[in-house]
Amino acid sequence: MSKSIKIKVKAREKNGIVQAKLLVKHPMESGLRKDKNGETIPIHHLTQLYAEYQGNTVFQADFGPGVAKDPFLAFAFKGKSGDEFLVKAVDTKQQTGEVKAVVK
Amino acid sequence: MKLTRRNFIVDLLKGSSFIALATSFPTMAFAKWNEKAFKAKQLKQALESKYGKQQIVDSGDILLKAPTIAENGAVVPIRVSTNIANTNNISLFVKDNPTPLIASLNFGETSIPEIQIRIRMAKTSEVIAIVEADGKLYQTKQLVKVTIGGCGG
Amino acid sequence: MRSKAKALTISLAIISSISLQSVLANETWKKQNSHSRVAKTDNLNYSQIVNEDVTRFQNFFVKKFPNVEFEEFNNGVYAIDSESREQWIEMEDFPPYELAVDEGKILFEQKFDNGKSYADCFPDFKKGVRQNYPRFDQKTNQVVTLELAINQCREANNTAPLAYESEEITSISGYLAFLSRGNKFNLQVNSINAYNAYLAGKRFYYSKRGQLNFACSDCHIKITGTKLRADTVSPGLGHPTGMPVYRSKWGELGSIGRRYQECNKNVRAVPFDLQSEVYRNLEYFQTIMSNGLEVNGPSSRK
Repeated sequence: MSKSIKIKVKAREKNGIVQAKLLVKHPMESGLRKDKNGETIPIHHLTQLYAEYQGNTVFQADFGPGVAKDPFLAFAFKGKSGDEFLVKAVDTKQQTGEVKAVVK
Repeated sequence: MKLTRRNFIVDLLKGSSFIALATSFPTMAFAKWNEKAFKAKQLKQALESKYGKQQIVDSGDILLKAPTIAENGAVVPIRVSTNIANTNNISLFVKDNPTPLIASLNFGETSIPEIQIRIRMAKTSEVIAIVEADGKLYQTKQLVKVTIGGCGG
Repeated sequence: MRSKAKALTISLAIISSISLQSVLANETWKKQNSHSRVAKTDNLNYSQIVNEDVTRFQNFFVKKFPNVEFEEFNNGVYAIDSESREQWIEMEDFPPYELAVDEGKILFEQKFDNGKSYADCFPDFKKGVRQNYPRFDQKTNQVVTLELAINQCREANNTAPLAYESEEITSISGYLAFLSRGNKFNLQVNSINAYNAYLAGKRFYYSKRGQLNFACSDCHIKITGTKLRADTVSPGLGHPTGMPVYRSKWGELGSIGRRYQECNKNVRAVPFDLQSEVYRNLEYFQTIMSNGLEVNGPSSRK
């Protein structure tokens, strides 16, 4: 299992709420596309993404292949500027990604 | 082939489409990835797999923001928010997609029930946002048109 | 008899002088406006001619879309279509090309085997270089696009060139464009060879091609702002400023050359090769027509 999924997070606090936005580099193959030779491109998409803050999972996204390529997500949770949180993701090939974000 | 520990794990990985990665992931506070719901090819199936036979009521307390005409079905920006108290899940469905369940977003006690996401739409379809709060289900819908472009398409 | 002959001679002289004058005028007009003919060596003020072309080209769009600020034309269709603009603004909140720009930075900073790096070829990269491309290279007598320059840099440092439209080259191009944001294009044509390249690009732009028999100008000048099926046709002014572009359709960055190939195929014309002389000249012409607009690459489009 490789930690190869790239996640980019931007987080900013406003009035005690952390607004987090992220982009994940991922092909999000639905398994329905065919390549130039007519071969089906196998399924390969993110399945779950978590945000872990102060030991708790504050947010979890479950994805299907209907999420656009290079998934974008914006969510919010209670927190403070200067705090850190982790974002982790896993896909159908059991590849994972993890990134630490600092709240501005 | 001799059943070594390595083979066993590889076989285990091949066998399931999702595994709880106990070591590097926190104890799941939320549900496992619902394979049946995500692979369902009809809206009715997807809803049943996710919610059982539970009734879903229309609600004006869910704000679904989606374009009237999507610029490109490959990337459609969607926003959902709700002021329904104790929301723990917002799920998005696209009625006419090959697999209607798009995403299921789970909120902890300290998170705000609002989400922005970019989805794929195969064709003109209803986009449905369903909120789960205190065990009850609420929904709102919007028709989003997906067109055939001229030279941009 | 004599007077008749005299009259004849005089009228012939008049006719031929008029013809000669009109021929001369015609030649001058052709030199100044010949997008169907390559100029020969003579003392033309190429810079002035080209700048007059730019003014005429830009005035057309400014008049056609009176509610659009000139600076906004670098946003293409989003300058003239409010509904798609809304979706674009959502995308710009955290644009998908950011990942490629980050990747481009990493690639740009990698040293070549000989210890040198891209920074040696693009010393002003932090201040921005995108606005200088395409440039006409006198030594090799050709238009050099940013992508070509990236590969020239590699080859000058004994490194194999990158495939055009590969993720690496578009990421580096995207990174360089990103650092150049805000710089205005101001390409000047100062030599006969540069002018010939400019004319070749201009000729391509206005020439019909393909089974559908469309020229670039047919869509992006004549019917700009109207619908082509469900698409609003973007103005020709500003097309190159946001390159490379992350098209939702591609799910990745691509240069203007990739788009040229697509457009040519859309009118059922055989596309030219990436970074071919034809496309480089076309990019040269198009970028000059966008003089005065700011670099805003990389950008996202549908």
